[in-house]
Amino acid sequence: MSKVMHDATKAQGLSEELQTPLERRTFLRYTGLGLAMGGLALAGCNDVMEDVVKTQDASANATDMANMVDVGSGDVGVLNYAYALEQLEAAFYAQVLQTQYYNSTSAPQRVALRDIEAHERIHREFFKQAITAAGATPIKDLEVDFSSIDFRTKQGVLSVAKAFEDLGVAAYNGAGKLIKTAAYLAIAGKIVSVEARHAAIIRDFLEYNTFVGADVVDQNGLEKSMTPAQVVAIANNFLKEGSKLNVSNLPTE
Amino acid sequence: MNILNILAEIEKVDPEVYERLDQRRQVFKHFAGFGKKLATAAVPLAMGAMFQKAYGQSSGLGKQVTDVLNFALTLEYLEYYFYDMGVKTRNLFVQADLAAITIIRDDELKHVNFLKTVLGSSAIAPLTANDFDFTGSKGGKRAPLIPEVFRDRFNFLALAQAFEDTGVRAYKGGAPLLIDNNTVLEAALNIHSVEARHASHIRTMRRGGTQANGLPKSWITGNDGGGPRPGITAPVYGPGMPADMYPSEANVTQAGINLTSIPNVTADQASEAFDEPLDVTTVLAIASNFLK
Repeated sequence: MSKVMHDATKAQGLSEELQTPLERRTFLRYTGLGLAMGGLALAGCNDVMEDVVKTQDASANATDMANMVDVGSGDVGVLNYAYALEQLEAAFYAQVLQTQYYNSTSAPQRVALRDIEAHERIHREFFKQAITAAGATPIKDLEVDFSSIDFRTKQGVLSVAKAFEDLGVAAYNGAGKLIKTAAYLAIAGKIVSVEARHAAIIRDFLEYNTFVGADVVDQNGLEKSMTPAQVVAIANNFLKEGSKLNVSNLPTE
Repeated sequence: MNILNILAEIEKVDPEVYERLDQRRQVFKHFAGFGKKLATAAVPLAMGAMFQKAYGQSSGLGKQVTDVLNFALTLEYLEYYFYDMGVKTRNLFVQADLAAITIIRDDELKHVNFLKTVLGSSAIAPLTANDFDFTGSKGGKRAPLIPEVFRDRFNFLALAQAFEDTGVRAYKGGAPLLIDNNTVLEAALNIHSVEARHASHIRTMRRGGTQANGLPKSWITGNDGGGPRPGITAPVYGPGMPADMYPSEANVTQAGINLTSIPNVTADQASEAFDEPLDVTTVLAIASNFLK
């Protein structure tokens, strides 16, 4: 029920979304919303809805899953999940540094983008080595798909940079509690604040004094977390077929 | 009273309420089962009990957790009153500065209130503006460390940066101590990254905005405080105790991996890519300069 209720806030966009064909998940959301609004099924609603969604997801994705990159389970899975996101970020900034935009923009932006590129590359290489050192196997080198990104303009480059940095912070914040080993949690903590620094300066470049805001921080002043499933739903849009991420084996709490 | 209405009301105050409940799903399920049997009038009472559990409030918090959270609360009070005094000081800031410092002040107040709620009766006695002396003179008992703190924008911002970066290091040091309580750990991480965003912006302000070059950068290069009064800011970026667990911000070795061995990586970049935690004792030593 919690999920259903949460989606009640999205009802405003209902008419707009109805113009487009309903996906299975969207349909379920509306059905669930109707149930909750009707005051039916207080108890047990949560479980029923979740099970239905889970079954649907499983059948829809069964064939796709085989073609996805499974980040694995347990702490190593979380490390590989972080490694995957760092690969994505590093690839993005590597491409940014090759653009005419980077070469022609203001000196402070060039310094920031150059630094961030180095930081993300360091994070990527660190995870690759650390996972290996832990006796586990890093996931493969992911192939990115940045065809939807406009690398020519400030808006094109920085809005995606902002999205990636905010996503990275929310991802680390959501993954912290999934980690069981204190040393790994400490590492994640050392990286997430750097990602937050990146996010703040990129946002300030786009619009001054937007380094923090209601879109990323709740009414208690807490930055919003995202679950791995929420994160890869976005990240997979920037990964090629065969490099899309499957996080279904990660711990959930 | 309809439970859906109650939840909707709570959501207005706390939009994340459903996620919080979800984290403690067993509590929620337990409650849902009850809901069918409970008389309507009893529902709000049961809700109260549920939220105490959802936020980890009540005697359920261990001493280690309440210690960490009370320590965090002290730092949040420190930051809040510092910014509040800055905002209320005439002619210290131009408009864009004032907007940013107000945003940060408001975030810190929210952190104070949130931590107080989570701690409940375990919270320390509330601190007031009178408990602090941001000139560092301990209420006139010694020579001030930063006499111009509310008269000089750059001194104010230098101390703001010191507080934010100390806060980031303090939460980072505290996080592993909260590993057994997922709800509290996540909340601490969620405050931690907000402090890092503040730190980044203050550095941008000190640099002269997004159009200006030079130090301090929005990340910590080596253990450079990037401004005046290096004697005061040095411990903010230096090692804690023990130093092998809490190295200085200049550290370039993570989990036994020397980051400068990665091709085309400088020591500066390696130090910037990772922030470092700080222990409670060292953080308190820094903060106590500004407690009366």
